[in-house]
Amino acid sequence: MEFGILVNEGPYQHQAADSAYLFAKAALEKGHKIYRIFFYHDGVNNGTRLTTPPQDDRNIVERWSQLAEEHDIDMVICVAAAQRRGIVDPEEMKRNGKDADNIAPGFRISGLGQLIEAGIKADRLVVFGD
Amino acid sequence: MSMLHTVNKSPFNSDGLSSCLQCALAGSSVLLIEDGVYAARRGTQYEALVQEALKDKKIYALQPDLEARGVKSNLIDGIELVDYAGFVDLTTDHDSVQAWL
Repeated sequence: MEFGILVNEGPYQHQAADSAYLFAKAALEKGHKIYRIFFYHDGVNNGTRLTTPPQDDRNIVERWSQLAEEHDIDMVICVAAAQRRGIVDPEEMKRNGKDADNIAPGFRISGLGQLIEAGIKADRLVVFGD
Repeated sequence: MSMLHTVNKSPFNSDGLSSCLQCALAGSSVLLIEDGVYAARRGTQYEALVQEALKDKKIYALQPDLEARGVKSNLIDGIELVDYAGFVDLTTDHDSVQAWL
C-alpha cells in the first residue's frame, strides 16, 4: 500500500515527529511505499538543517533526510507555515530577500495542494501531531 | 467501512478519548499511542469508559509507548498490544485512519 503521512509538530517538542518517523520506517520495512510526507504547522521545523542536537540524542532532522534518501521519499514542507517560522530554501531566500537558506536535504517547500494530493493518491493518510 | 482511530493524549488532560469513543462506530478500532496509552491502565477513573467501548470495539495500545512510560503492567483485559509493525498492519486492515489530536 501507499501511505501519506502528515506531521503537524516540530522535533523535540512533542512525540509526534518520533512517532511519525517510526511509523514510516515500520511501513517501509513491511514493503509498503510512502507517497509523500507533508510537514505542516510547527512540523515544518523538522526540515531545518541547522539543528545541532547533543551527540547522545537522536538527530530527528538528519533521520528524515536519511530516510528520504534511502527510500526516495517526497518530503514536502508547507510554504506558508515555513515562511512564518523561517524555514527557507534557495528559491524562497531570493523571493523574500533573505540572506540565507536552511532547508535540510530531502525536503522541498511547496503548497497545501501537495497535502490534498497525498490524501487523494495515497491509500491511507496517517496524521501525527499534538 | 471500518475505521481506525488513533488517540495520543492522556485521558487525564484531554477529552480526546471520550470524544473519540462517542463518535467511533461499533466494529471500529481505537489505537492508543503516545500519552494515550495511560487509558489502558486498570483502576483509573477511565477504566469504565474503556470497558464499555470494548463491548463493541477493539482497543489496541502501542507497546513501545507503554514501555517508555513504565505502564506495561496492570492493563485492562481485552486491550491488545501492538508494536509499530502492528500499527502499520492496523492502518492497512482498516479502510481509513482518523487521528484524534
